Amino acid sequence: MQGIYLDNAATAPVNEDALQGMVEQMRIGGNASSLHAAGRRARMAVETGRERIARSVGADPAEVIFTSGGTEADNLAVKGMYWKRRENRPDRNRIFLSTVEHHAVKDAVLWLEAHQGARVEWLEVDSEGRVDPQDLEQRLGSGADDVAFVTVMTANNEVGTIQPVAELASACARAEVPFHTDAVQAFGAVPVDFSALGCASMAVSGHKIGAPMGIGALVARRDAPLAPVIHGGGQERDVRSGTIDSPAIVGFGIAAEQAHDRLDEESERIRRLRDRLVEGVQSRIPEAVLRGPTDLSPGSRLPGNAHFTFPGCEGDSLLFLLDMNGVLSSTGSACNAGVPRPSEVLLAMGVDEVTARGAQRFTVGAATTEADVDALLNALPTAYEQASKAGMADHAPVGPWS
Amino acid sequence: MRVLAAMSGGVDSAVAAARAVDAGHDVVGVHLALSRMPGTLRTGSRGCCTIEDSMDARRVCDKLGIPFYVWDFSDRFKEDVVDNFIDEYAQGRTPNPCMRCNEKIKFSALLEKAVALGFDAVCTGHYAKLVEDPDGNVELHRAADWAKDQSYVLGVLTHEQLKHSMFPLAETPTKAEVRAEAEERGFSIAKKPDSHDICFIPDGDTRGWLEERIDLEEGEIKDTSGEVLGTHRGARAFTVGQRKGLSIGRPASDGKPRFVLEIRPKTNEVVVGSKEMLAVDEIRGIRETWAGLPAPEAQRFDAGTDQPGATSESFDILAQVRAHADPVPAVAHLEIGNVDGEPSRELVVRLEEPLRGVAPGQTVVIYQGTRVLGQATINRAYSLSRPDIAGH
Repeated sequence: MQGIYLDNAATAPVNEDALQGMVEQMRIGGNASSLHAAGRRARMAVETGRERIARSVGADPAEVIFTSGGTEADNLAVKGMYWKRRENRPDRNRIFLSTVEHHAVKDAVLWLEAHQGARVEWLEVDSEGRVDPQDLEQRLGSGADDVAFVTVMTANNEVGTIQPVAELASACARAEVPFHTDAVQAFGAVPVDFSALGCASMAVSGHKIGAPMGIGALVARRDAPLAPVIHGGGQERDVRSGTIDSPAIVGFGIAAEQAHDRLDEESERIRRLRDRLVEGVQSRIPEAVLRGPTDLSPGSRLPGNAHFTFPGCEGDSLLFLLDMNGVLSSTGSACNAGVPRPSEVLLAMGVDEVTARGAQRFTVGAATTEADVDALLNALPTAYEQASKAGMADHAPVGPWS
Repeated sequence: MRVLAAMSGGVDSAVAAARAVDAGHDVVGVHLALSRMPGTLRTGSRGCCTIEDSMDARRVCDKLGIPFYVWDFSDRFKEDVVDNFIDEYAQGRTPNPCMRCNEKIKFSALLEKAVALGFDAVCTGHYAKLVEDPDGNVELHRAADWAKDQSYVLGVLTHEQLKHSMFPLAETPTKAEVRAEAEERGFSIAKKPDSHDICFIPDGDTRGWLEERIDLEEGEIKDTSGEVLGTHRGARAFTVGQRKGLSIGRPASDGKPRFVLEIRPKTNEVVVGSKEMLAVDEIRGIRETWAGLPAPEAQRFDAGTDQPGATSESFDILAQVRAHADPVPAVAHLEIGNVDGEPSRELVVRLEEPLRGVAPGQTVVIYQGTRVLGQATINRAYSLSRPDIAGH
């Protein structure tokens, strides 16, 4: 990755061993569904990968359904559960989700609302972006018979908030409602134990942990109610079709195994770097406001995540100036079809639109060094000063030319 | 110089950016996101504002080896251009949204942000020329290709803005040459159609678009004598000079087509008359700006009185009232006149030959030779010889 890369939540640098394993498997070739020797060999690679991933998330290999990535896994969970749960019970059309879900979940749910008669129940978050399990418990307590499912992410991609998913999952279990969690950001960053969590399904992605892009998985209990979204040969447990991507799965397996084995050590190292970053930003720019949990411990916030709003400046100005200095960051919010808009996550946390425009996310990862963090801290004050001069030029009238 | 190239995704801005790179400048490409909900793919005649257009701009920057960003100006654009367009029509005026966009977005919000972020200039694909005198004063002139010349829509730029502008297509003999150059440079957009129409009205149906946004009430169509000729669906959706869409049951006594002469938003009336009656020979503009140093007569007037009725010395100009209209010789002066009962500074343009279809809200750009002197927003236009027509 070129430059000072502080955007690991967007994608992580590829794991060298994963890359090698993947390239090797591409050379070996073979279709894992074929019955001959070449097929068996590819199948062996796939099942080894499946076992590695299962181990790294505390699941049984049979619970791992490979997909093209996190977004497809979320879509399979959201639509698949909605359809399956309503097969004999069309009245089950309520869906609970948090207001800070990733678009992969949120937009899939909104599509069901627009086209399939779903009734959406929002779970509000507090100013740190956290859902209240009591709120869910109460709302399910007053009647959950018509609920299709509940979904809340394990950790937020923008502000790093870790959600109380175990509590949410048990509230759902008591109400006998399936619970899905998008664990794309949490996987590889904090311990994830699928069986202990007690959720019906969980989405994970390869490229956030050093595997290639284009591979992910829906980890789903055997009894998870799922209807297929992609129809075809039924290669993956009859709910996901398409030729199995054995090279990507090999890479995914290696990256997952290494991330899991090094988790304690790595997350501590990453956390220290992130803390240095947060303290450094706060001491150099006292006006900067840390968004997301103020408790930086890994139970509360992703160890690699730092997110600030910088008053009086546009996030994209800051991004531009840092980029020009070789420091790669993010405004945090996913682009709405290419157009940078204020983050819906920050708005859901009660931040006003103008403040939200000053957002900047820095995410530390496996390849980040202390020198990277210091490079950001050196570049940031000047960038902030200059971005403040540019102000909200593209937003509100200021200055001599308006 | 550090140059920000504003890139629509079209051929002109792409070649302009390429030339800025060739000239040795440090160039960054920026596509302005002007719509909150941009379309995914280009449709119809437009050449900007979709994700596909933004991608076209990005691919050009990749070819040029320069960074590329998309900046969100959709709030400003909505407020300053789209809402203003609707408001102006609602007041019975005919705005030019492209000029407004140049004035408020490209050479204001964008330029301001660019300068603050350390750029020296904003580069665009407009066909116009900048000339710098030895004292560092910048003049705006017509482009070499008069057929493509866009100095009219830039007439609203001030001296300060011109000093931070760059128009690398100034000397290009023809648009065909720009396309050939784009082809040679390997830009995939070399054959992309020119954009026309208003970018925020996708299907080009301005009237239909306005009708959805302006409260329209049925009203009377009258002739200049006050006789009622028919009814219309809402005066504010009409434009002076318009011929189509007037549903008048009976033909005019002279059998000739009738045109909109005047829109009276307060009484919701549309006044129609013959083509000849559209002719005006005096225009009064307000909120004048100077594209560079003001005319000497204006400078001397500034130093003089601001008493109502005061006038400046006259100066010879060429006046142009639309982007693709021919300029006509005229004599101009400044005057402290009366606008809606308030003393107000006006640019008075007396035309040596009459013009037709001049609507309040349009811009009169004044030239001396190829040089753009400045512009003003037309507030009134009338015929000095026909006082029976109230004035548009």
